[in-house]
Amino acid sequence: MKEEGDVDIPQTLPSGPSAFIPVEEILEEGPAQEMMSEALLSDGRVDHVTMAMGLHSSYLACFLRTQHALLQLDGPLPLSWRYFIIILASARHQCSYLVQHHTAAFLFAGGDETWLRGLHCAPPKIQRLQTLNKLLAHRPWIITQEHIQELVCPGAEARWSLAELIQAVVLMSHTHSLVSFVSGCGILPEPAQSGDQVQPCSPTESCCSVRDEAKNQQEWSEAVNEVQLLMEKMRMVQHLGEEFTQEEMVTRFERARTESLLEPADVQHSVLPDCVSRFVVDADFTYQDFSPRGEQAPPTMRAQDYSWEDHGFSLMNRLYGEMAQLLDEKFQVVCALTYHTMAMHSDVDTSTLRKAIWNYIHCIYGIRYDDYNYGDVNQLLERSLKVYVKTVACHPEKTTPKMYFSFWRQFRHSEKVHVNLLVMEARLQAALLYALRAITRYMT
Amino acid sequence: MEKMTKVSTINGRTMFCHLDAPANAISVCRDATQVVVAGRNIFKIYGLEEDGFVERLNLRVGRKPSLNFSCADVMWHQMEENLLATAATNGAVVTWNLARPCRNKQEQLFTEHKRTVNKVCFHPTEVHMLLSGSQDGFMKCFDLRKKESVSTFSGQSESVRDVQFSMKDYFTFAASFENGNVQLWDIRRPDRYERMFTAHTGPVFCCDWHPEDRGWLATGGRDKMVKVWDMSTNRVKEIYCVQTIASVARVKWRPERRYHLATCSMMVDHNIYVWDVRRPFIPFATFEEHKDVTTGIVWRHQHDPYYLLSGSKDSTLYQHMFKDASRPVDRANPEGLCFGLFGDLAFAAKESLMTAPSSVGEVGRKTYPGGDRRYPIFFFKKPDVTEQFAQVSSALSVFESEAGSAVGMDWFIKTAQSYLLSGKPFGELCEHNAQVAKRLNRPQESTTWTMLRIMFSEPANPSMSANHNLNKSGNLPLVNSFGMKEMSAALNERNKENRQDNIHNLDSNHNNNDDNEETEGSEGQAEYLFGDAELDDDDLYSMEHENPAAEETEYLLPQEAFPIRHEIMDHPSAPEPLQEKPESPHVSGSEAESMCLTPMESFSLISVSQLLFSPHLPPKFFCPIVKEMLCYYAEQGDVQTAVSVLIVLGERIRKEIDELTQEHWYMSYIDLLQRFELWNVSNEVIKLSTCGAITCLNQASTTLHINCSNCKRPMSNKGWICDRCHQCASVCAVCHHVVKGLFVWCQGCSHGGHLEHVKDWLKQSDHCPAGCGHLCEYT
Repeated sequence: MKEEGDVDIPQTLPSGPSAFIPVEEILEEGPAQEMMSEALLSDGRVDHVTMAMGLHSSYLACFLRTQHALLQLDGPLPLSWRYFIIILASARHQCSYLVQHHTAAFLFAGGDETWLRGLHCAPPKIQRLQTLNKLLAHRPWIITQEHIQELVCPGAEARWSLAELIQAVVLMSHTHSLVSFVSGCGILPEPAQSGDQVQPCSPTESCCSVRDEAKNQQEWSEAVNEVQLLMEKMRMVQHLGEEFTQEEMVTRFERARTESLLEPADVQHSVLPDCVSRFVVDADFTYQDFSPRGEQAPPTMRAQDYSWEDHGFSLMNRLYGEMAQLLDEKFQVVCALTYHTMAMHSDVDTSTLRKAIWNYIHCIYGIRYDDYNYGDVNQLLERSLKVYVKTVACHPEKTTPKMYFSFWRQFRHSEKVHVNLLVMEARLQAALLYALRAITRYMT
Repeated sequence: MEKMTKVSTINGRTMFCHLDAPANAISVCRDATQVVVAGRNIFKIYGLEEDGFVERLNLRVGRKPSLNFSCADVMWHQMEENLLATAATNGAVVTWNLARPCRNKQEQLFTEHKRTVNKVCFHPTEVHMLLSGSQDGFMKCFDLRKKESVSTFSGQSESVRDVQFSMKDYFTFAASFENGNVQLWDIRRPDRYERMFTAHTGPVFCCDWHPEDRGWLATGGRDKMVKVWDMSTNRVKEIYCVQTIASVARVKWRPERRYHLATCSMMVDHNIYVWDVRRPFIPFATFEEHKDVTTGIVWRHQHDPYYLLSGSKDSTLYQHMFKDASRPVDRANPEGLCFGLFGDLAFAAKESLMTAPSSVGEVGRKTYPGGDRRYPIFFFKKPDVTEQFAQVSSALSVFESEAGSAVGMDWFIKTAQSYLLSGKPFGELCEHNAQVAKRLNRPQESTTWTMLRIMFSEPANPSMSANHNLNKSGNLPLVNSFGMKEMSAALNERNKENRQDNIHNLDSNHNNNDDNEETEGSEGQAEYLFGDAELDDDDLYSMEHENPAAEETEYLLPQEAFPIRHEIMDHPSAPEPLQEKPESPHVSGSEAESMCLTPMESFSLISVSQLLFSPHLPPKFFCPIVKEMLCYYAEQGDVQTAVSVLIVLGERIRKEIDELTQEHWYMSYIDLLQRFELWNVSNEVIKLSTCGAITCLNQASTTLHINCSNCKRPMSNKGWICDRCHQCASVCAVCHHVVKGLFVWCQGCSHGGHLEHVKDWLKQSDHCPAGCGHLCEYT
């Protein structure tokens, strides 16, 4: 950890791509430069998301490729539709950044301006996506084959073909997870975006105070100790194969999942800006703890029974081949991404930590790995990190700078962005798995 | 337990039973009398009776079974009939001893793997040796007499999906990996693999050693392929490759059949296929009983090729009889025939069939030995089973058409180029096209045009001469040409009546005088010329064919027949570029711009005149028959005629044919034209079409992205001023003002300017107006 405490956060309205990360930090990294100039050449600009992701250039390459294929290359849906679906999906999570960003693209792709007046002005076919969008965003485990069936074979006119549907599904879940990234990293609106931009958060109020605290010498050494402790735990987890009864495992999974992490103060209802709310129907539908103990609750999804590598990929490959390859590559890259560093230490095997974050997100989305000991999650992820991760994954709109600054105080920003990448991709995979499973069931 | 029987045989039948839960894997004991089924929620042994499955034992005991019972794989020992091993999804490897006296048969539990164990495999000859492969990337070898693994093999890569001991080499085993690699290990050397090769792109889900052939290994992967590798040589060689339609989950060689193997897929496809690897394009046999993906397949006995057992996610366990399998080859067409674009003909058939005729040619009178030989095909009944299905290699012959032969499409090209679709009055267009068709030796089309002209031209515009049937000046056969002799009298009478109507119409419509006169002149002489019309029999025939309708409707003809200029009246709205803001960053192609201006003006004028008399137009009596004719042509594949007529008739017929059909015809015709690279014609057709979906075709990709000439960055906003360097990028080389409209530039030196200026300049000078010395040319 370099003298992070000395880096001053701009006190006025922050400039640069992120409200959380100092602009110097983002710009100093080298290897992404080339990628960015590529992005600049193709799109004419480098948006803030790209700049923040540039901290992890190997991932950025994959991400841009996928997004390009999803938005620009041949596909069953017309370009303007793709953007409109993205707008709908980002509105679901109240992300005005993405809504505005893609509204422009929508118009540029020849989209019909009247659609932007709200969801009710869009063609009925798009309106029918509403339910799926809602479920994908908040509770993907509820998606069943009936939802698919409703879209794919109604007697009515506006029917979706499987190929179109799968692209729409990828678009929506891609966007939902991107919203997580945008909120998790505090991405600021593009300079060109003006108008009724709401701040994703009010960055000035808390971040400085948190930082000031971090300067406090005592806290600093505490933080250093925390890192050491964490590394100790990782080593322990890695080498100690504990024996557990099954009950114990299940309990741990349940505990990890249902742990109530949201402080009541966070649950304030903000009034949605109009530019976003007009695309949202049933705005009160949000993430709810997945509770299989309830009566009509759906069963836990076993990763061994429906995994991306075996099942998800095969189905996607059939319906939308290029995208399956790209997503597969992206998942592989993000799972393998490591620099063997942790805060001020290098040559660390971070695989257990990464695995814990990944599985924790799948866990809160109700996906369970038989072969994973969920006790590790509690061992490795401190409470503030869990609060952050769960908020970013499930309620991205409620992320606050406080959350961002309060976990892993000694870690680099790039490492926190790394966490965001894991959250984003794990979330994407979870949503895709549920949707694809429903499609599989529909097809069989 | 339910039973179902299809066909009874001496020692078994196709049968199934319901399981309580989806199966993940099955395995059979050595004497083929029992089968074990394992899954997340099931672990049972079934006895294979002659007429059904009988549940023998439930190994899943305890009130709350632990995850150790959640099996990903199961294997029954092939030497020791009481010994089983399972791979649990939580990473445990469990062995079971059926000889244990208590209910819980679990014998040993190894929890050395950290992740799900994907596969367990007993050594084929060594009783106590067990191998496992896990998601954590390790393979472990267990000696069942010890509590721990004896050796660990690290694949140094991702998850292990399958491990298989070689049937013949005591020490060798193969492991397949999620990253597409296959490794060969020596059981005595845990430090390093013997060899490694990349077998598939994406995970290799399964592998299987050939039961007889030492060197053959079959692998199946997510890339939907089954590959057979020859491992006996120094370099691993792919010898066969079968392409399936879904990821391959399991592959098993068929006993006693050297080239056969069975596969099932991971997703979507529920069937089990048995392939002959030498014939990779069509399965030898398929079993289609399962309703969900098949998860485990196993041949019932290691020396019996006729019984296949399978378990599935649909919670059923099946025994398939080979004789009940469906044989896709029976349904497949053994010969293939296909025409190429330019009239070439490709013909594929069994080789013996192809060579036979040629030998006839050579030897002269060699006959087929018997009728049987001429039946292509697969000798299912033949006793020599090893040759079953194998012999079918086909030969492909391609017969090229001679250039310019009748098979070619020259007529199409010529017709497309010579047909006139617009720009002249309707009658002339028809006449011209009729001539074109006749020249190209297509009498039927020629007659069609003539008929159309007759039907839709304004007939007896009140020319007196029409009634007298004598006209000196004209030379075009019209109404009367199909009147034939017996009709002429009646015709005269009718024409008198018609005349009055026509006069009315004429009064109300001065706009069309020119046209009327034109046709007037050409009108009456028809019968006179009829004898000279050189119509051959075909023509006459086809004309007679249409006569009845023509006769019935005739006396109303005149009313509909005012010469409507064939130009389409309500041309679809202006092309898109117009709607763009004037500051559009695109430099639109000149074509697009000119189009959006001219049609607007000229058409609006015409449509006024159209409005004037459309209320007077009577119902179109010919339309049904013309419509029928157009459909007939389209059905025949001559969409050219259909579309050409459609365009020439324009308003007269358009409403009769539904939009989609029209659009379909247009698309087909345009597609054909573009294949023959007749770009101009195709553009003309697009332009003249009245379907919205078609007219927008030539509005696509008319955007040209440009870079600023100063800073070389893309110009994003306006076409003439660069956002970044605030320089006017496109300055006319002649007048040195900014070009805001059409910008024309030389592709050689890239200087240019206002279209008009450059045009004028280059009339006077050969050199570039910018003074760069380039010899520009304006064409």
